[in-house]
Amino acid sequence: MGYGSIMTEVANPELEPHAVQCERLVKRYGALTAVDEVSFDVRAGEIFGLVGPNGAGKTTTIECIEGFRKPDSGSVRVMGLDPQHDRYELRERMGVQFQSAALPPRIRVEEALSLFASFYRTSVDWRPLLVQLALADKQRAPLATLSGGQKQRVFIALALVNDPDIVFFDELTSGLDPQSRRSMWELVADIRERGKTVFLTTHFMEEAERLCDRVAIMDHGRLVALDSPRALIASLEAGRRVVFQVDGAFDDAALRALPGVTAVEQTGERVTVSGEGDRFLSSVAGSLESGGVAFRDLRTEQPNLEDVFLVLTGKKMRE
Amino acid sequence: MPKLRGLSRLLIVQARLFLREPLAVFFTLLMAPMLLVLMGFIFGNEPDPLLSGRGALDVGLPGYAAMVIGIVGLVASAVETSTRRETGVLRRFRASPLRPLTYIMADVTVYFGMTMLGVGLLFLLGTVAYGVRFGGNPGTVFVGVFLSTGAMLSLGYLLAGLAPNARVATLVGNVTLYPMLVLSGAVVPMQVMPEGVQSVARFIPLTHAVRLLRGLWTGDALSAHPVELAVLAGVMLAGTALAAWTFRWE
Ligand SMILES: Nc1ncnc2c1ncn2[C@@H]1O[C@H](COP(=O)(O)OP(=O)(O)O)[C@@H](O)[C@H]1O
Ligand SMILES: [Mg+2]
Repeated sequence: MGYGSIMTEVANPELEPHAVQCERLVKRYGALTAVDEVSFDVRAGEIFGLVGPNGAGKTTTIECIEGFRKPDSGSVRVMGLDPQHDRYELRERMGVQFQSAALPPRIRVEEALSLFASFYRTSVDWRPLLVQLALADKQRAPLATLSGGQKQRVFIALALVNDPDIVFFDELTSGLDPQSRRSMWELVADIRERGKTVFLTTHFMEEAERLCDRVAIMDHGRLVALDSPRALIASLEAGRRVVFQVDGAFDDAALRALPGVTAVEQTGERVTVSGEGDRFLSSVAGSLESGGVAFRDLRTEQPNLEDVFLVLTGKKMRE
Repeated sequence: MPKLRGLSRLLIVQARLFLREPLAVFFTLLMAPMLLVLMGFIFGNEPDPLLSGRGALDVGLPGYAAMVIGIVGLVASAVETSTRRETGVLRRFRASPLRPLTYIMADVTVYFGMTMLGVGLLFLLGTVAYGVRFGGNPGTVFVGVFLSTGAMLSLGYLLAGLAPNARVATLVGNVTLYPMLVLSGAVVPMQVMPEGVQSVARFIPLTHAVRLLRGLWTGDALSAHPVELAVLAGVMLAGTALAAWTFRWE
């Protein structure tokens, strides 16, 4: 590599090698095309989320990238490595948490950590890792005695024990209660803060929205969108909605006449006003006040990634 | 040696895990000594003209050793390996740079070690507590135990590779083992078997382990057992090759 190219890379982060490059990836199981010409890049240092309903092809995609499944066609590079040809070099440098994997039930947490640490060229001291993951008091516990969330944290510790450059999480939080889920999110954000690239899959849109710098939305083996959650939501141009409750009959003529209001819907006592513009909310509230309407529970609703999925695929995420 | 990285740690952990499994400990280390104690209680070890002047335990003990070898080699290894594959333990190992060969080496070494320990305990108990007569050479007996263990273990691994899941591996392992234990003469003396059974027994690998160990125990040279040695070595080589070929992480 010449001096010039180093200079360019430092000066222009856009030219830094991507953490993952995936081009026209195809994977078939018999007649089923589970991953169909999927292309995307993951930037170094970002949290990248692959989201979509069960059966969309997320696990197949992530495991082709990790090198555990062999694509039928297309090309995959992870930190410049070919996951099939350079599998052992890649395994030295990546951390993996599978959607389903296990350890022998009688192995102790500390045994598992020191064992896996011994498999790598370089590894970190796993004791601080256990402290960070709130497992310090479980160090000597056999794996079978841990709760679901604790086991999941052991698997995260295993994924970090080699100080990887990139970490893959497949359905990190499914099966966890909301509180454990939130603490997982903090953990993942922490991992990114330490300069690692995070590639995760999830079927929880809220998780992707909260956690990911960019998300790729997948359905039936195809990518239907890829951008930051904010940009994806903005692209809906759905504007905002104001929702409130009224007692009895309500005449919506005054609201419809307001500038910026695009639609008013009434279902029973519930009224939904759609519109756009900065003063949308205050003008709706002002109109209700001056018209003497007895309204309750006024709130605004932002569209979210679930709405993005609905618009792009014509179906709800959870059905 | 990057290819063997993790081997020593894996050996230690695998050995500990084996010893934490109550069933494995029972079948490998305790059952044969218990059988010896029971037989000693029933028959004693007085010289018996029917057994060409040897005692019941003198004849029984090498057979019990072959029983341990059969249980660990054919069943314990197959059940554990297929369970680990089915539950995703092997998958987790595969995500690290650990080489398959390193994993298998550690695993096989631990099974060898545990079998040696079980057989050693049995021999010690027999000779010290029951005065079982040992007329052989420790070196050749070791070779016999080693070869028999290798042959049975390669079959166990082959079974783990072929069985679609742990239930099938457990079932097939046990269904083959128990008739084998009886027909091979490991627990029932061959002399009491009908002619027909004796001719079928020749096709059972464990029979050759039993004959070899009995012979070596009483002082035969290795050269006195060319058929047994050839069969066991052949099974071990073919079994290992097939087992390596059918081994799957998931
Ligand atoms: N090993 C396999 N053999 C056959 N079909 C599979 C296999 N793995 C996944 N599939 C199928 O491929 C599709 C995608 O599965 P998967 O990648 O697991 O999706 P996701 O992780 O998004 O739920 C599903 O229809 C699934 O049934
Ligand atoms: Mg999945």
